[in-house]
Amino acid sequence: MLQTPSQTVGPYFAYGLTPKQYGYDFKNLTTNILESVLEGKEIITIKGKIFDGENKVIPDAMIELWQNDGEHNFFGRFGTGSESDSHFAFQTIKPNSVDGQAPFVTLIVFMRGQLIHSYTRFYFSDETELNKQDLVLNSVPAERQNTIIAQKKDSCYEFNIYMQGENETVFFEV
Amino acid sequence: MIESNDSLLDIEVQPSKLDIGYTSTILRSPTKPMILLKKSIAERTGPLFHDFNLGILDHDLTKNSVRNGEPIGERIVVHGTVRNEIGEPIPNTILEIWQANAAGRYVHKVDQHNAPLDPNFLGTGRCRTDEHGNYKFYTIKPGAYPWGNHHNAWRPNHIHFSLFGNQIISRLVTQMYFPGDPLLEYDPIYKAVKAKGRELLISKFDLDITEPNYALGYRFDIVLRGSQATPFENR
Ligand SMILES: [Fe+2]
Repeated sequence: MLQTPSQTVGPYFAYGLTPKQYGYDFKNLTTNILESVLEGKEIITIKGKIFDGENKVIPDAMIELWQNDGEHNFFGRFGTGSESDSHFAFQTIKPNSVDGQAPFVTLIVFMRGQLIHSYTRFYFSDETELNKQDLVLNSVPAERQNTIIAQKKDSCYEFNIYMQGENETVFFEV
Repeated sequence: MIESNDSLLDIEVQPSKLDIGYTSTILRSPTKPMILLKKSIAERTGPLFHDFNLGILDHDLTKNSVRNGEPIGERIVVHGTVRNEIGEPIPNTILEIWQANAAGRYVHKVDQHNAPLDPNFLGTGRCRTDEHGNYKFYTIKPGAYPWGNHHNAWRPNHIHFSLFGNQIISRLVTQMYFPGDPLLEYDPIYKAVKAKGRELLISKFDLDITEPNYALGYRFDIVLRGSQATPFENR
């Protein structure tokens, strides 16, 4: 059967997909915070912004986060329209390495101006050894690998997404 | 790593990322080649929301946000079946919808279209497919609304849909249109879909689901990417 075609999420998704975050009176399907407390697991924060082809911050995107290492999984969602500087943020745990590969987290990016969502993933700057031998990371041209490594800064990891330009983030065909 | 023979995105029906008719794509669509990913467990699975409790009126947008009366507009029932690419129904999967009210106005604070809000209509809902992959919403037929893409641009009547399926590759966000809408041929978002795929986005009037003296029925069947009808077992 033919796949139903994708259409843009548009600019007005907030009250439907992220209602609580934007102050609408409708229950959220999920949030940006992994709510279950996991014994002995350190909670980490991922923070970033999304930039368009003119390097302007995008204030009406929606990011979904998915991670599953076979032991724990988490699906989160956050729109970039509720914070004054249009950042997104998630609180989660760092996934385990699976099959000797570097830990990573998948992000799905939706926005007005995207007819179809984009998949990316980020790795962790403090996993140097595992990153070096990771098969997916190594399938990315060397000069673009940095675009998908979240940088550890103080108490959080920073991961900015560039839709276009010199530092365009690597997007994947999954 | 798990090798996959799952389908890729069908470029014969899906829109291109860049479509100059839809001007916002120009600065927001990726330009560099996608990297083909070897699938790992994270791509073979996805959120299932089996523990999520739906409210009893979540699927009925005509009732889920009333304050002092009923929402204004033409009451409709929208139903359909969610399947994978080999035609198997996908049971127990979440659908989310959102839309403008009958006057073509969204509740979203950024929507400044000069049309009235409806105090009894929020315009969002969700439901789960049953064991046969069927879903059903009650709502109000959304109005057309203007937008800034080009001079005198109007969006055809549409309902936004969000679906998950069982893997993150089956994630779909789309829009359902109505049969016979004269605005379709002028709409760059609808027309960004390749000709072969366009009619898949248009619901069909359905007299069998139409409820006498209550609501007109429309059928909108959905096919998600992939061939996995049930969740992948982790271990
Ligand atoms: Fe819309």
